[in-house]
Amino acid sequence: MKNTIITATATVFMLLLVPDTLSAGVESLRGALPLDAPAKIFSAKRQQKVEGGFERSWKQQPPPIPHEIDKDRISLRENTCLKCHSKENHEKEKAPEVGKSHYIDRTGKKLTRISQRRWFCNQCHVPQVEASPLVGSTFQPLPQKK
Amino acid sequence: MTLQQMGKMAGIATLPLLILGIVLGIILWGSFNWALELTNTEKFCISCHEMEENVYQEYQETGHFNNRTGVRATCPDCHVPREWIHKVARKIRATNELYHKLMGTIDTPEKFEANRLELAMHVWKTMKENDSHECRNCHDFDSMDFEKQEPRSADRHEEAIDEGKTCIDCHKGIAHHLPEGWEEAAKAAGLQD
Repeated sequence: MKNTIITATATVFMLLLVPDTLSAGVESLRGALPLDAPAKIFSAKRQQKVEGGFERSWKQQPPPIPHEIDKDRISLRENTCLKCHSKENHEKEKAPEVGKSHYIDRTGKKLTRISQRRWFCNQCHVPQVEASPLVGSTFQPLPQKK
Repeated sequence: MTLQQMGKMAGIATLPLLILGIVLGIILWGSFNWALELTNTEKFCISCHEMEENVYQEYQETGHFNNRTGVRATCPDCHVPREWIHKVARKIRATNELYHKLMGTIDTPEKFEANRLELAMHVWKTMKENDSHECRNCHDFDSMDFEKQEPRSADRHEEAIDEGKTCIDCHKGIAHHLPEGWEEAAKAAGLQD
């Protein structure tokens, strides 16, 4: 009888403790904040403007975008990047020209307009922000032939 | 017949007649102007779903709606001249828009999209002809500090001054989406370099 009481009491205590022990060390993505508290706010990183552009990390890297693109729009019908970077406009806008490879379709045929599969510039070309990398990298490009 | 004679004929004294005229004038003119100004607000513009569903949605993504300093250009700031006589002229021309509203020319987003190039070309043409009059309500070459602009913008603006260009020659699609094939069409119409 005594044993039963001890076991029962111990079980009740353990059950009471279980939720606490389980939740220790596990934190929700919004941090250890009370439910009604607002989540931690991170300051927005601004897109960098770099005169002359970024150095490529390796030869075939699509050049990162050295200016803000928040005003630019790419959709089925319009692509505001091409206002400056297209074959026709880059000279007068003093902007780098879209690569020659972008005017060739997948069968190797030369096109007068940019290839449809190159239309969405920011699939490959992206702006940069001043943010420390979350994970370190030891990436080194292959030595380039001069 | 003088005013005094007129007054005598109608059996009214000159002074009250004059005052009545002034008061009536103020009321009539005032209410006309009030009504005119009422049609010159963003709220009025987007009371039509044609505007609310299409151009107003796109405009909300742009710098003229939302920006660092909180200065906002509403529809009439860019699309209606401020000077009275030009404003009335524009309002009279807007009766054409009433006709198309009744006809339902652009009453679905699909119809709007199909007409977007034509509509945009109308605006670009007007702005080219009036030297981007509405832009210059706020923007002025003389007030631009080229030192504070990006070097590329400053270069292009100086070029534009020398060549006598107007805002819309380069700044198209800044508050609304660009129509498909806009560049070729604008170049063919002499609205773009």
